[in-house]
Amino acid sequence: MSAGSTTSGQHHLGATMRPDAWWLELIPVIILLGVFGAYATLRALEGRFYEWGPYLSPFYSPLIDAHHRWWPWSPALLILAFPLGFRVTCYYYRKAYYRAFFLDPPACAVAEPSKRRYRGESAFPFILQNLHRYFLYIGFIFLAFLWRDAVRAFVFDGHFGVGVGTVIMLLDVTLLTIYALSCHSLRHLIGGKLDCFSCARFGGSRHTAWSWLTVLNERHMLYAWVSLITVGLTDLYIRLVACGSITDMRLF
Amino acid sequence: MAEAVFEVFRGNRDGGQAVTYRVPIVPGMVVLDALHHIQAHQAPDLAVRWNCKAGKCGSCSAEVNGRPRLTCKTRMDSLPLDKPITVQPMKSFPLIKDLVTDVSWNYRVNKKIPPFTPKPGTDWKMYQADVDRVQEFRKCIECFLCQNVCHVLREHEDMEHFGGPRFFVRVAGLEMHPLDSKSRTRLLKDELGIGLCNITKCCTEVCPEEIHITDNAIIPLKERVVDEFYDPLLMLVRKIRGAKPA
Repeated sequence: MSAGSTTSGQHHLGATMRPDAWWLELIPVIILLGVFGAYATLRALEGRFYEWGPYLSPFYSPLIDAHHRWWPWSPALLILAFPLGFRVTCYYYRKAYYRAFFLDPPACAVAEPSKRRYRGESAFPFILQNLHRYFLYIGFIFLAFLWRDAVRAFVFDGHFGVGVGTVIMLLDVTLLTIYALSCHSLRHLIGGKLDCFSCARFGGSRHTAWSWLTVLNERHMLYAWVSLITVGLTDLYIRLVACGSITDMRLF
Repeated sequence: MAEAVFEVFRGNRDGGQAVTYRVPIVPGMVVLDALHHIQAHQAPDLAVRWNCKAGKCGSCSAEVNGRPRLTCKTRMDSLPLDKPITVQPMKSFPLIKDLVTDVSWNYRVNKKIPPFTPKPGTDWKMYQADVDRVQEFRKCIECFLCQNVCHVLREHEDMEHFGGPRFFVRVAGLEMHPLDSKSRTRLLKDELGIGLCNITKCCTEVCPEEIHITDNAIIPLKERVVDEFYDPLLMLVRKIRGAKPA
């Protein structure tokens, strides 16, 4: 037996007794959210190369005032706040960016930057996270437009057809729909708010719906990331086709 | 025989230090076995709280290699033996001695929560579909690892305004009970400070009973608080209907 010093009293950013590389889990979040944020901002400001043939970029859908009759800037700027708001207030992304960008905390049982006043989501601005369900409602309107776009992507010059872009757009809207359906707020609104399913009107149906949404909700993080990546790649594909860098391949 | 090196915190409220012990490893051994070996052979005055040694009493909570864990459920073969294994008391609670902390603050928070209050004239019949959710919350063994790892308590030490994940689980078990008649949403918002939780899920990560604390208890309760206090449409509907908030 021998005595040594203890580090339990340390308090500076990253102080921990954990011997593992806890910071590794922050890196993919910082890279993915950082790259997506920068790309989405540039694309939203670009204001061109957002449609080709029957394809319309999800960053520009619904397309409003494309001919700049009353809005002189990129049409994406009129709409992107809503899907952005849905993701920013999403319960999963909140965890991800509170950890990765606010270091609050950087990881479990790892010290934060310094002793600072903490009010969590009980005061402005983070109290606005409570509006997540309103972004969900708007999100469903956007999904309706994206489904319309996906269906239109099957029509080439008035004839049925399938291109690589069609498949990408269909995959994108499917994953976005699954992501929206796995939302915690939707799970609450559908049935989670009930204390007694058997006592409520349509309780059986609501319990069934709630159970299905619960299954989806268990993988909310996965759907959040996959849908984020596909929406970015869908836009990138349409941009590359629209600016002539690549040619869309017709499958049939 | 293989040996593990332990650095166990020894001390009290006035201070302390890590003391190194060497413990022989046998198959199936857990960290609590190692601590008992240290008690039996090297340091009979080592203070360790334990009871069932079966992961059900929630007594032997500590921080093993910096992670909040039950020492009786932490197998030695799950830990790397090439470096010393650190064993520290739970950081969020006042230290009594060595690995034993004073967790009485939790019991004071518990007293704030109105108990199960059945509806008048209750028909004591429940359907499984109605109690599935509540049964998950009843698995809690009150080890307080979730309280220990929660950064609102651990880092910000906001014991005065925050109840902690353990008590959100308890409130969820009451709020979602089909026969309970009491609303605790105002308590959640004003006294248990659910708004301070920023859902970083550490409580879920450390729960030895694998309760989905964040997804199944805290977020649904946050949504109920939104229903009551932050959703302007629902507030308008309640006003039109003349319904009073909880």
